[in-house]
Amino acid sequence: MTAVGTLERHLRQRRDEGRKLLLPYITGGYPTDEWPRLIEGLAAAGADAIEIGIPFSDPVMDGPTIQESSTLALGAGISPVEILARLSEVEVDVPLIAMTYYNICFRMGHERFASALKEAGVSAAILPDLPLEELTPWAEAADQAGIETVLLAAPTAPDERLPRIAERARGFVYGVGLVGITGERDELASSAIEIAQRLKNVTDKPVLIGVGVSSPSQAVEVCSVADGVVVGSAVIRKIIDGSVDEAIDFVGSLRAGLDSI
Amino acid sequence: MTTTGSSSLMGNPDDAGRFGRFGGRYVPETLVPACAELEDAFRQAWDDPIFRSEFDELLHRYAGRPSGLTECKNLSSQLGFRVFLKREDLNHTGSHKINNVLGQTLLAKRMGKTRIVAETGAGQHGVATATAAAYFGQECVVYMGEVDIARQALNVYRMRLLGAEVRPALSGSRTLKDAVNEAMRDWVATVESTYYCLGSVMGPHPYPWMVREFHRVIGTEALSQCQEILDGDVPDVVVACVGGGSNAAGIFSGFVDTRAELVGVEPAGGAAVGRLVPGVVHGSMSFLMQDEFGQVQEAQSVSAGLDYPGVGPEHAHLAEIGRARYEPVTDTEVLNAFELLSRTEGIIPALEPAHGLAWMVKAKDELAGKTVLLNLSGRGDKDVAQVQAIRDGDPSALETVDFSSEANNTNGAQ
Repeated sequence: MTAVGTLERHLRQRRDEGRKLLLPYITGGYPTDEWPRLIEGLAAAGADAIEIGIPFSDPVMDGPTIQESSTLALGAGISPVEILARLSEVEVDVPLIAMTYYNICFRMGHERFASALKEAGVSAAILPDLPLEELTPWAEAADQAGIETVLLAAPTAPDERLPRIAERARGFVYGVGLVGITGERDELASSAIEIAQRLKNVTDKPVLIGVGVSSPSQAVEVCSVADGVVVGSAVIRKIIDGSVDEAIDFVGSLRAGLDSI
Repeated sequence: MTTTGSSSLMGNPDDAGRFGRFGGRYVPETLVPACAELEDAFRQAWDDPIFRSEFDELLHRYAGRPSGLTECKNLSSQLGFRVFLKREDLNHTGSHKINNVLGQTLLAKRMGKTRIVAETGAGQHGVATATAAAYFGQECVVYMGEVDIARQALNVYRMRLLGAEVRPALSGSRTLKDAVNEAMRDWVATVESTYYCLGSVMGPHPYPWMVREFHRVIGTEALSQCQEILDGDVPDVVVACVGGGSNAAGIFSGFVDTRAELVGVEPAGGAAVGRLVPGVVHGSMSFLMQDEFGQVQEAQSVSAGLDYPGVGPEHAHLAEIGRARYEPVTDTEVLNAFELLSRTEGIIPALEPAHGLAWMVKAKDELAGKTVLLNLSGRGDKDVAQVQAIRDGDPSALETVDFSSEANNTNGAQ
């Protein structure tokens, strides 16, 4: 049995206290200069952990909103190395999770990437284009370095696949709320609650649902089954259309919604 | 019909879809079951004599196969070596792309998928997909980079004429790479009803293998056509242009187990193999143009069809084991070759296979006295307006090159 990592321990403890888990996503490097302050603001607004995207040139899982923030960050010249350097200076009391596409990790080298995350104070990694079948070389390096690899589970997965994903996942299991890419949606897809239930049936690890969870009411709805939510595009949208402070307020409203359950 | 022996250097990949260390299936979790379903469906279809005969029949009655083999006497005497062209330009829709598309849309029909999505660069794959979708009565959406839409307006109209919806890819470099991103995003969202008709030997397993098998007919025909003319022998060198590398994979598959040397020709501004840096994008591990942090770079080429920063994983493998070599040529060399074939043989090539000819011109000393087969993967009608604009807009680009003169051998791609 693998030792339970920092992120999973943290999330389990809060869940077992009866709290619904809130995990906002931001894009590293966006908005330029303000994003480290944003992380601190989100933690203060009630995030239980924070996902930081390391922008990639070809984000195939991401819709227009996160494509836009990624393009802006890359256009401003941010690099993965610089993002990790800035993260190491951020002072928060919740775990940080790096999300990026596999080529960023592969190019740096598995061991180097894992130790770079560790040195930056990051607890876990999400690599959405690295499925179970291709996972081993990275996952071994990550385990060795004490980086938890969160795995995604999609509504399209057959029943036999979910326990294997849940077993190999570290930190939590990331249920994909709909068949599609990231982005804000007007309504919660019925697949969100279904995948949450299917995952809860096969694991006692924390189950968080993301992709297409865009509002406090949708977060509350999916948390009738799930342990928590990941909210990305809707947070980024607040920044694009408004400001960092509006995004922080929005996460505060998500927190209030979840605490009302 | 050729059977693929496991002893062939271009046989089946391993169960994980690997050619050596390249290939694999690096896709979002949502697509993993779809890729597995597609792999199963393809394995069953390819082993099914009924599917194989339907496919052969389509290639023959609809696409017009077998395509011819033309000996270029004028060009041969000018270059100093014997030149043969495999005439994929004479297929229905004007390029080799129709082979793969007929195979995949037939497979989509067999799988009960009624909606087809595709990406396109130059528009050839998009036109071929729109054509086959019209034939089979399937709904068709083609993603095309905004830049490519502007430079290939005729093909955009063709696709619309054929009933396809052309959607612009507006992100990144707005070329082929971004069209692939958009097609994959569409597929992620519609996977239950939609078939993704990928246009080259790239992407997640089983695409690189499946697309090569659908193009294997090029190599099979060319081998027997060459043997007939050459008294059972094969050409000394087989040349093909390489973007993703589908036409090259098709023709190489016929010659990989013979003594023929295999040469893939890349645009200098998109030479993924030439740079030898491995990476992962669009579902497979291969050589990939990228910066020091792993951000994918934008390829630069006069030819929209080769404007791709990656290359099919099997080409990376063939390069790594030394069975094929990959050479770069510049846009200027390509434009000269485009005009050369038009003038000497009365054949206007697409800019893509003009890359192959450009390398042959450059390497004419090395090739002296040899027999060289070029896969003429497409016809140049789609490129005529673009080349005219380049030549009219920039008279200095019009280098009058005397190809019989030794003085021009240094016209190289550094």
